[in-house]
Amino acid sequence: MSRKRLTRRQFVAATAMSSAALITAPYVRGAYAAGKLSIGFWDHWVPGANSASTELVNEWAAKEKVEVTIDYIPSQGNKNLLTIAAEAQAKSGHDIFAMPTWWAHSNAEQLENVADIMGPIIAENGEVNGTAKYLGTVGTKWLGVPACVGSQIKGPCSRIDLMKKHAGIDVQEMYPAGSPPKADNWTLETFLKAAEACHKAGFPFGIGLGETTDNVDTAGAIFLSFGAELVDAKGNLTVKTDAVRQALDFYKKLINFLPPDVAAWDDASNNKWLVSGRGAMIMNPPSAWAVAKRDAPQVAEQCWTHGFPAGPKGRFAPYLPYFWSIWNFSKNKDAAKSLLVHLSKPAAIEKMVVASGGYDLPAYEKLTTLKVWQEEGPPKGTLYHYPNPYKHQTLSIAASPAPPKIAQQIYAQATLTKMCLRYHQGEAMEKTLAWAEGECEGFMRS
Amino acid sequence: MADVALQPNRVGAAQPARKRSGLQKALKRKSTAAFLMTLPLIILITLLVLYPAFYSLHLATLNKSMQRFVGFGNFEFLFKRDTFWLVVKQSCIFAITAVLFKALIGFIVAHFVHNIPAKGQRKWRGMLLVPWVIPPAMSTLAWLWLFDPSYSAFNYTLSFLGIGPIPWTGDAAWARFSVILVNVWYGAPFFMIMYLASLKSVPDQLYEAAAIDGANWWQRIWYVTLPMMRNIIAITTLFSLIVTFANFDIVRILTAGGPLDHTHIFATWAFRIGIEGSDIPLGASVSLFMVPILAVAAIFILRDVNKRGNEA
Repeated sequence: MSRKRLTRRQFVAATAMSSAALITAPYVRGAYAAGKLSIGFWDHWVPGANSASTELVNEWAAKEKVEVTIDYIPSQGNKNLLTIAAEAQAKSGHDIFAMPTWWAHSNAEQLENVADIMGPIIAENGEVNGTAKYLGTVGTKWLGVPACVGSQIKGPCSRIDLMKKHAGIDVQEMYPAGSPPKADNWTLETFLKAAEACHKAGFPFGIGLGETTDNVDTAGAIFLSFGAELVDAKGNLTVKTDAVRQALDFYKKLINFLPPDVAAWDDASNNKWLVSGRGAMIMNPPSAWAVAKRDAPQVAEQCWTHGFPAGPKGRFAPYLPYFWSIWNFSKNKDAAKSLLVHLSKPAAIEKMVVASGGYDLPAYEKLTTLKVWQEEGPPKGTLYHYPNPYKHQTLSIAASPAPPKIAQQIYAQATLTKMCLRYHQGEAMEKTLAWAEGECEGFMRS
Repeated sequence: MADVALQPNRVGAAQPARKRSGLQKALKRKSTAAFLMTLPLIILITLLVLYPAFYSLHLATLNKSMQRFVGFGNFEFLFKRDTFWLVVKQSCIFAITAVLFKALIGFIVAHFVHNIPAKGQRKWRGMLLVPWVIPPAMSTLAWLWLFDPSYSAFNYTLSFLGIGPIPWTGDAAWARFSVILVNVWYGAPFFMIMYLASLKSVPDQLYEAAAIDGANWWQRIWYVTLPMMRNIIAITTLFSLIVTFANFDIVRILTAGGPLDHTHIFATWAFRIGIEGSDIPLGASVSLFMVPILAVAAIFILRDVNKRGNEA
């Protein structure tokens, strides 16, 4: 068999070429030179809203040469919560995950600190609201970047016609589109009178007292308006206080003016209540109005989203943010941080908010007056006050300011709505408080 | 051949041959074949049942942040909680009542179907099995709409009779009734089909002999049918008790444990604590609490079955 001999010249040339290739390989930017990144985003209920996120991610991926995979994970059936639990246990999964409200804190030990990118983001977009800080930080550690996608305020959505006719309240005048609210008289007292009047007229307010988030959020805001906290920021039990008693007394009166079945309401019940035209007010982000726009346009054009009534200790509105967090087992943390910076640019945020029809809310103070909220309708300006543009209400979450790991239990177990129901059903005030105190003691286990 | 040449002596050559023949013999054995055929299932069960079961045992011994071993600390904590004992009580009420009604309805319907002439029986069997073959998550959604607090189709119908509105899921007693009703609706066809199969295996001669002895309808049921069905009834009851105790979907979809925790059962409360409340060790402890209850039930029922098997 004949065999070709390698000349010395050929050997030197081949060696030189191989060495050059080996040395320069890391610096050649191929299509996916910067590695892979997998993202678990929240699956938006607004048709087409996911595509805005996809476009932004792809735009960044093409520029940074990163191979990206996106999974849109729905919150229906708590699928996102199950995925979070599974990934936390397995210490493997997506690099970035959209954590709802409490889940950044409950997985704090397994999340990457993003304080280094939060500084420049805040410098550009403005200060982050207090609830986003409460839910997204441990000391100086940021557990995630506040995501606009999925973040929402669950304020009142009122029927303009019914409130004017039966309660004598012009919600458009109180919260005019394009100018600051004139809502000094919009207090819990006025609210209760309006609830009574609308109930008498056959259009009760649709405020649930079940165990799901919409129900708990409203109760949380009303409790905070009275200064009622079950556990304070230091972790002390504060159930047996006058503020809590006042909040329970208020709810006892309010429940008399609500539909009789509110104990069984879930998160869909208030939406159905508004869309069916049976109620004068619900507490919800603009999703119910958006559904009404499609299914009952005559109802939608009478809807106005506005601020919460004020209580003795202030005006509080429920705010539920999402966070884009990076797992500490992620293999491409630098790329993940770079993507989160890209998604937090004002232009990117505006694109996502527009795609959601104004539903998504940025947590930054400079981004609460986007054009979309001024223009969405009918009626035009219905969402103007949705993002709290004049900061006339404090954004909050039920069970705060208790330490988040305790507050999450109070929230998940719907202790607030259960207290209201127990008291309304005839249980003695002190017995209800004792029950709640026992529950909270249990939630404090570490 | 080269390999023969490499053998140092004959004794060494005979050993692998013996081994080979041993392996061949083992492979020919029926038990080996049976084991190999069940091996995929054994692996599957190990991966999907045994591993998670032991993992949940491990989880149940950890503290809330899963960083410290606390032994039985989670169980001690649970025993002091009123809500836990409420859940234990409700799980027992839910499982026992539902199984009882499923068995009763299944038994009655099986008799009806058994007495239908063979020609039309298949049609009835198929129709009666429909609730059981629809995924419960789907059928419970339909029930949820029927029970809807504000737009219940039942209440709408009852309103024509001047009855209601009934708070199907808003009142503790009605909510318990509703979840049990849906569970019975879903599970009764299983009992029916098992009892029907059992009824068909009772020899006609026994009934003929009983008739000659002058036994009436009730005596035929009591002295012939029931004793012949004893084992099937016991096994079906045990199986259903386990499945009903561990039920999740029906309660979760219909009431999510409300109102005021009055319909929570082990699985739904474990989910509320473990997944929604991010306290996975405590959630694991709640779900594991089912094991001793079911183990005791299984021991009693299976012991009885064995005894009867030996008598036979």
